[in-house]
Amino acid sequence: MILQLIASFIASAMFCILFNTPRRTLLQCGIAGMLGWMVYLLLDPHWKSVVATFFATVVVGVVSQIFARSFKMPVIIFSVGGIIPLVPGGLAYDAMRRFVEDDYTTALQTAVQALLLSGAIATGLVLSEVLGQMFRRSKS
Amino acid sequence: MNNAESGTTYEIIDLCLLAGKIMLQNGAETYRVEDTMTRMAAALGFPGAHSYVTPTVIMFTTSRTEQPKLFRIEERTTDLQKVAEVNDISRCLSQRQITSAQARERLALVDDAAHAYPAWLQIMAAALAGGCFTIIFKGSFWDALPALFVSGLGYASAVYFQRLVQVKFFAELTASALIGLLSFLFVQAGIGAETDKIIIGSVMPLVPGLLITNAVRDLMAGHLISGLSKGAEAFLTAFAIGTGIGLVLSFVS
Repeated sequence: MILQLIASFIASAMFCILFNTPRRTLLQCGIAGMLGWMVYLLLDPHWKSVVATFFATVVVGVVSQIFARSFKMPVIIFSVGGIIPLVPGGLAYDAMRRFVEDDYTTALQTAVQALLLSGAIATGLVLSEVLGQMFRRSKS
Repeated sequence: MNNAESGTTYEIIDLCLLAGKIMLQNGAETYRVEDTMTRMAAALGFPGAHSYVTPTVIMFTTSRTEQPKLFRIEERTTDLQKVAEVNDISRCLSQRQITSAQARERLALVDDAAHAYPAWLQIMAAALAGGCFTIIFKGSFWDALPALFVSGLGYASAVYFQRLVQVKFFAELTASALIGLLSFLFVQAGIGAETDKIIIGSVMPLVPGLLITNAVRDLMAGHLISGLSKGAEAFLTAFAIGTGIGLVLSFVS
């Protein structure tokens, strides 16, 4: 578990370097990624991975909103790093590889799962944005 | 209207287009680009401006009588630092802390700026990320070690091939073929146990996971064209990587 958390922290922060985020946000990106992955790891054994991904993304989104407020930067800077461990890139690649290897049944299954997972991530991000807007409106 | 101090209509449109161009080229979300452009126009005295943004083109008009202007985007990278800076400039402009001439100067600087991190650091980052992803995908520590090298080399070769051939599809295909080959060789040499785990960690820096998510998000937000074209781009990338790996694996096994 701890190894996984450290790995997700480093992976998120390193991806932020690939995406050229400002240097002083690397730590926050890593933290967002680590929190998201922690929620996912805690929920995954009990619920379906789509649900776990959804809730993990909501957490990432809310954390990114808070960071974005306090650092006066676009939310995308933090959420990009945060969702990296959750994103179904591995699945997308796996699906394509199975297609190339003529294993169509598994390929389609994997592709649909990748699509569902990215749908869950997108929904989670949108929900966290809506939550943020509601919070702001209730304050003003 | 403060046209006198902020220049002609043409210059204002140009300024907004420049801001939009920088943001779109560097990976900002579609709605953010549209939002920033109309906000900047409103701050410069055109409250009724409209923009229409897709991943390949920006259309922008300040009023009903003015001709719309168009800007084509040919290459896209991800440089969120530039997005943040343009965001900052537009915020300053809206709050009237800077004039449009200053904004133009700062935008030109951002546009010309080189990549924030040097290439070697990016390659190191890709290597570390690949190694960590092998662990995240429940690979053992002994798989993470070769993944460290393979992903670094894979990312470096993707960047190199892209400069060489200009066609993204072939750059990704070649890089992932190299990743597949190297992973196979590492396992054959006794370093690392599962080829699959090494490969999946190593291709992560190349894989378009973020693009897929953004595509779905654009679709849900009603940006149908952007969503579909981002989806197509993501599909092509995943296809290139899958083909590259599949090619090598079908030869060696």
